[in-house]
Parts: sequence; structure tokens; C-alpha cells
Amino acid sequence: MEAGVDLERRNALKTGGGLGLLGLLAVIGLIRPGAASAEGLKAAFEAKTMGEALDALGALLPESSSAIQLTTPDVAADGAVVPVTVESTLSRTEQILILVDKNPTMLVASFDIPEGTEGYITTRIKMAQTSNVIALVKVNGKFYRVSKEVKVTKGGC
Amino acid sequence: MSAPTKIRATARDGNTEVRVLMQHEMDNGRRKDEAGNLIPAWYITEIKALHNDKIVLQGRFGTSVSKNPYLVFRFTGGTIGDKIALSWLDNQGNTRSDEVEIS
Repeated sequence: MEAGVDLERRNALKTGGGLGLLGLLAVIGLIRPGAASAEGLKAAFEAKTMGEALDALGALLPESSSAIQLTTPDVAADGAVVPVTVESTLSRTEQILILVDKNPTMLVASFDIPEGTEGYITTRIKMAQTSNVIALVKVNGKFYRVSKEVKVTKGGC
Repeated sequence: MSAPTKIRATARDGNTEVRVLMQHEMDNGRRKDEAGNLIPAWYITEIKALHNDKIVLQGRFGTSVSKNPYLVFRFTGGTIGDKIALSWLDNQGNTRSDEVEIS
């Protein structure tokens, strides 16, 4: 029993290192994961740095994946309207998030993809300046990422 | 009163593609008006799309989604005449819900 608790704790620390307190609480079962992710998402939308945003999402070290396609223009003349498409062929894609590295708030949008809906989203975003656009895709609780630089001629934030 | 969301839903080969254009300023709270006063943040925070009564997409927006947010998504199923509804909530508590039939 003692060992079991210890192991749980070790795992909590290992995975919780990047998750912050909420993640840690979720791992040791003090709050339900659903509640944690809603809180995490809220914090992520308020985050001012990429580290903070990823931390709040529990996605500190996402793997890159060639099964995700991020389509943006190479050069955006108007940063107020930059078309972005994210397409994931990973099964089963649960969530798609779009972030912009150098925006005042990094997280642009988050989409929950229920079963039966394709891992596909097209939208238009604002970009303050030339920056990386990042797509995070959550599959079975694990995050994957792709990013692409978009040169912005006129900032539109 | 907000303007209606434009929705177009098309069924093809057993899948449905939905295109959505919401009418919203999406002010990020950092812009100023002509008098130099900050325009308060005013943006859509949550969206939800339903096929008949089943959720087919749910999303949360920050302030960096473009003015008059545009979305395209696809789901399996859907036949002509089915209802597609899209609703949104903004940070000032306004809501709007619009509905079309799949064509």
C-alpha cells in the first residue's frame, strides 16, 4: 500500500512537473480531470508567455507529428485576418488548439472535437507581428504540435 | 442586437461540411477609439455547434480570433434537411443562436 502511494506520487511528480498545481491535483485525484482542464484552459487563455500557456494546458513538451497539417499563408499582408487550417489524421483527435508565439495572448482558440467530427478546423486569426503559428492536437490525452512561421506585413492585433 | 450568424451546411458522400461566419467585433481591449480612449474587450468566448441535438463542435476563443469569426468544420453523417445550429456567448454575456438546414 505504502509502495503504491509512493509510486503514484512519483508519477504525479514526474508528469505533474510540467502541469503545475492543477495538474498535480488532478493526477493525485483531488479534482476531476474535466474540472482541471476547464480551469487550465481558462488560465491558458490568460497566459502571457508560451511557457505559461503550455503549462496551463498540461502540454509542456508536445511531440511533433507529421500526421498534423497546418496550413497558413507564408506571408500575411494583413495581420488582422490570417487564414489558418489545422488537419489531423491522428485517431482519435480530441482537441485542436491554435496559438501564436508573439501575440499579447498566445492562445487564439481551442476546439473540442467530439467523436464523429473530423480532426479539421479552418478559421481566421489576428497576428500582431511575424511569428510562429502553432497547432496543438490532443490525442488520447497526449499533445502533438506543429508550427509554421508566418511573416506579417501589417500587424493586426 | 447582434447580426445573425451565416451558416452553410452541405452534405456530400456521407459527410457534412459546415461553414460559419459570425458577426462580432472581437475587440481585444487594446485598441483605442478616435478620442484615444481604450475600447473595452468585447469578444466571443464560447461557441457550440449542434447537428439536430448532438454536439458536433465546441470551442473557446481568446481575443486573437479575427473580427467576424469564420469557421469550417466537418462531421460524419448528416442528411439534407437536418438542422445545424450554432450558438455563441461573448465576454459581456450576450448570446446568439442561429439555425439552418443541411442542403
